[in-house]
Amino acid sequence: MTDRDRLAAFLSTDPRDGGCDEALALLHAYADAYLQDPDEAARHRPSVAAHLAACGPCAEDLAGLLAAIAPR
Amino acid sequence: MPAAPDPDSAEWLRALRATGSERLAAERRLHTLLLGAARAEVARRNVRATIPGAELDDLAEQAADDAFMSVRRRLGEFRGESRFTTWAYKFAVLEVSGKVTRHTWRRPDRAVGVEDWSALRGRLGLQPEAASEWHELLAALRRAVDTGLTPLQRSVFVALMLDGQPLDVVAASLGASRGSVYKALFDARRKLLAVLVAGGHLTAGEARR
Ligand SMILES: [Zn+2]
Repeated sequence: MTDRDRLAAFLSTDPRDGGCDEALALLHAYADAYLQDPDEAARHRPSVAAHLAACGPCAEDLAGLLAAIAPR
Repeated sequence: MPAAPDPDSAEWLRALRATGSERLAAERRLHTLLLGAARAEVARRNVRATIPGAELDDLAEQAADDAFMSVRRRLGEFRGESRFTTWAYKFAVLEVSGKVTRHTWRRPDRAVGVEDWSALRGRLGLQPEAASEWHELLAALRRAVDTGLTPLQRSVFVALMLDGQPLDVVAASLGASRGSVYKALFDARRKLLAVLVAGGHLTAGEARR
């Protein structure tokens, strides 16, 4: 990957990205679905999946919630 | 769409809406769960380097208490979209997230008005050796940042990409929500890409990759 590619990748946005507010509002539902089947969770809520792939803080919150609900 | 809650979740709701000792017992169980989740989340976030241990314990307890109050207050908003405990844990995780941000909030080290554009290179993981082509590209990007963005988009871009502040810290310092700062950067990225492609600095193919 060249520097140009990296810059282009950083500037590229996913039109499906639903933003932080939607992702946080649905985070509990997404986390339970993700625990069952990550791919199915993403297919069911593409706007949340696209957002979580691009937003570090929301992805970190999902990671925390998944850790809390992970079977021990 | 509200779904019928699973049996465990229905039992939580029933017990938390009961009276007397039954409700008290359920509230104690809930608080214990939230405290455990908050402590685990504080540990997972690995902020020991920036927040002293005693403050971390306080932070976890405060997060658990605040999450508990939120769950109690918003019990009627639970729609059965997840297990009840997952919905409740979300409050604990988000409380820890917010409190860690407020604890680590710092003003940028740079003097006001001095922007370090060389920092962008490290931020994007670019090669240390600058080719002349990159200088041109960077100059075009800088022009686009200076002329093509709204004041909010510009200050969010500078805070995140040049100063390297975390998004939540930028939001806290602007008194804005995470969502509005993310949206400002999102719109800035979209505009900057369009300007660089229109100016022939990047191709549409590179932009789609
Ligand atoms: Zn987000």
